[in-house]
Amino acid sequence: MNLTVGLQHFLVVAALLFGLGVLCLLTRRHVVGILMGIELILNAANVNLVAFSHYGGNMGGQVFAIFVIALAAAEAAVALAILLAIFQTLKSSDVEEMATLKQ
Amino acid sequence: MEHAAVEAVRGIEGMTEVGYLWLIPVLPLIGAFINGVFGAHIQKRVGIRPIHTLAVGVMVVSCLIAWVSFFKLAALPAEGRALYDHVFRMLHVGSLKVDMAFYLDPLSMTMTLIVTTISALIHVYSIGYMHGEKAYWRFFSYLNLFVFAMLLLVMSDNFVAMFFGWEGVGLCSYLLIGFWYTDVEKAKAGMKAFIVNRFGDFGFLAGLLLLFWGLGGAWALQGAWSGTEYTADAGQPTMVFRELAHSVDLLQGKEVWGVGLITLVCILFFVGATGKSAQIPLYIWLPDAMAGPTPVSALIHAATMVTAGVYMVARLNFLFALSPVAMTVVATVGALTALFAATIGLFQYDIKKVLAYSTVSQLGFMFIGVGVGAYWVGIFHLLTHACFKGALFLCSGSVIHGMGGEQDMRKMGGLGKLMPQTYRTYLLATAAIAGFPFFSGFFSKDEILWKAFDNGNTLIPGPILWFIGAVAAACTSFYMFRSVYMTFSGENRADEETKHHIHESPATMTGVLWALGIASAGIGVIGLPHLWHLPNFFEHWLDPVMAGSHHLVKSAGFSHGAEWALMLTSIAIAFGGWYLARLLYKDARSLVPRQMLERFPKIHRVVFNKYYIDEFYNATVIAGSMKLMNILRAFDDLVVDGLVNLAGLLSRIASSISGAIDKYLVDGAVDFLAKIILGLGQRMRSLQTGRLQSYLYGALGGTLVFVALNYLLF
Repeated sequence: MNLTVGLQHFLVVAALLFGLGVLCLLTRRHVVGILMGIELILNAANVNLVAFSHYGGNMGGQVFAIFVIALAAAEAAVALAILLAIFQTLKSSDVEEMATLKQ
Repeated sequence: MEHAAVEAVRGIEGMTEVGYLWLIPVLPLIGAFINGVFGAHIQKRVGIRPIHTLAVGVMVVSCLIAWVSFFKLAALPAEGRALYDHVFRMLHVGSLKVDMAFYLDPLSMTMTLIVTTISALIHVYSIGYMHGEKAYWRFFSYLNLFVFAMLLLVMSDNFVAMFFGWEGVGLCSYLLIGFWYTDVEKAKAGMKAFIVNRFGDFGFLAGLLLLFWGLGGAWALQGAWSGTEYTADAGQPTMVFRELAHSVDLLQGKEVWGVGLITLVCILFFVGATGKSAQIPLYIWLPDAMAGPTPVSALIHAATMVTAGVYMVARLNFLFALSPVAMTVVATVGALTALFAATIGLFQYDIKKVLAYSTVSQLGFMFIGVGVGAYWVGIFHLLTHACFKGALFLCSGSVIHGMGGEQDMRKMGGLGKLMPQTYRTYLLATAAIAGFPFFSGFFSKDEILWKAFDNGNTLIPGPILWFIGAVAAACTSFYMFRSVYMTFSGENRADEETKHHIHESPATMTGVLWALGIASAGIGVIGLPHLWHLPNFFEHWLDPVMAGSHHLVKSAGFSHGAEWALMLTSIAIAFGGWYLARLLYKDARSLVPRQMLERFPKIHRVVFNKYYIDEFYNATVIAGSMKLMNILRAFDDLVVDGLVNLAGLLSRIASSISGAIDKYLVDGAVDFLAKIILGLGQRMRSLQTGRLQSYLYGALGGTLVFVALNYLLF
């Protein structure tokens, strides 16, 4: 039994995080919940990047991970701004009520 | 036995080409066209002067050109005495070559002169006669058209162009007889003329086709084989008369169903002649044709159209002379017609009817002449008849004109003093027709009777033909003088109204009467009998044309004594007829006519009603035709229309099937396709929920699919 933490452990964790993020993304009713899911997905990707960077000996992964964090923040800001605008019109943050493009 | 050895007659071998013969028929055609198309307009705007000036003008010019041609022709030597003018090629199909070409040999020249001169005179006469007629322009147009057709008939050098003219004169005869077409009886007379003529034309055409076929048709196959070479047993088929004369001996000996080909052809042509020239059995149209205006009767039914049959037989002398049977048929029918018509003429009261039956009778004489082989005599009688019959008709027209339209001689009388010029010219012409010595009719009629007596060609002995002709001549003299005395002598029997208006005709009419009257008296000098040891210009003139038959026509061998005896008998007959008529009819004094009428009412009724021939034809031919028409109409209605209706029904069924297919199948397919797409669209629409999370599901699913594919394939 090999008990050393290898690359694959990080990848599995990242995958699990990704899965949970997708789950959250797809099943939440509250818009902020969906945004949280998006954050989880991004962080999973970050974990992946850092793990490959560490085990590959390349610094590029970590640099890229920092870019991703910054982008995630910006994107969250924009998403919340959109949510605010929608809330002012619809008075609700339930994603079910935003299905106005329904045929 | 002829009185002198007759030198062998040579035919016409050469010809001279000239360029102006086409003017002779075409000038009247132009006149007819202009008057026909613009005449009504001109008459309304300007009056009648331009119309008759044009019509008479073209006739006079045409006549002058004809006379110029005559002098040119006479100057040529006898072997080359022919003028030729080729106008255009009409039809060249296989071995049938037909040109519009004019060929004036002495015979055609004679006919052309007769036609143009007498037509010109009658055109001048019509100026006075048709004055006051509303359709003046139409009359002159038709008259010119007739002259064109007649000239085409006599001047053309081949059968087909002649047939154009033949049909054309029939048409113009119909148009002119039915000129006053608003009167039903007159219109019927015109139709009768045309239809009876058609029967004749059928015979003519049948004969023509048979001739053409015989020359190069069926017998071309019965040639001679020698190795691989084949020579046809027939000549070159031709429509041209002068070429026909050379190939005609190839037809000898050929038979069609047991009958000689030449005989059959000649008889069929003669059927055409009976139609056109009013012989038994197709003469019935001529008396009815008197419904037309008198100038028409004079021109068409005395001088020109009815002589077309005689001209045709004379033209084909080389053909007829080869068949004694045909010659007998022609002479016999002519003789019987002469007698038959003369007897009917004895009892008629309408002056024009008398002259009509007289025409039929005189035509019979002409056919006796050409039937026994004396072709020049037949044409001579044609010439003299044209003069005296033309004069007689025009005089009767003058009488009718003066009497305000009255034609019944019982209401006339005493016109000799009131219309002296008409009387004198009528008398001249009557003397000619009766056969008084030194008048033209004497020479021609006597020669016919002598040639009939002395002929050695017909199967019936000559003397029998002579006898029939002599009786007819006796009747002729009698009824003609009867008409003279009833019309011109004694007291006038008309009513007061008419009597007041009786006047002599104007100079345009009487001038023509004198011209024709003098001609009928004097024209006999060109054909003086050999018996008197005087030159016979006419026979000599026509000899080259008759060369083809000359050696075939035989004489029976009677002596000079017989000829003198017959001549004296003719003179006696003529005077006898005159004397009898004078006894019975002069001044209407004698009671004998009325007594005879009371003694023999039945005979009188039969003869007066023309032996009921018209009624007989009505009961047989007409009734038969009507029955046939009904049968054919029933066939047409049931079978033909039935088939047409069936075709229509089938079309309707087919179209309804086509419509159903179109409606259900085609439209169904199109609609079905639309429904599928609509259905698809409905389903697709349900994908668009508008819910964000559904879309995210989709995106995720798609991504997974791509990843899986990527993993599996690469």
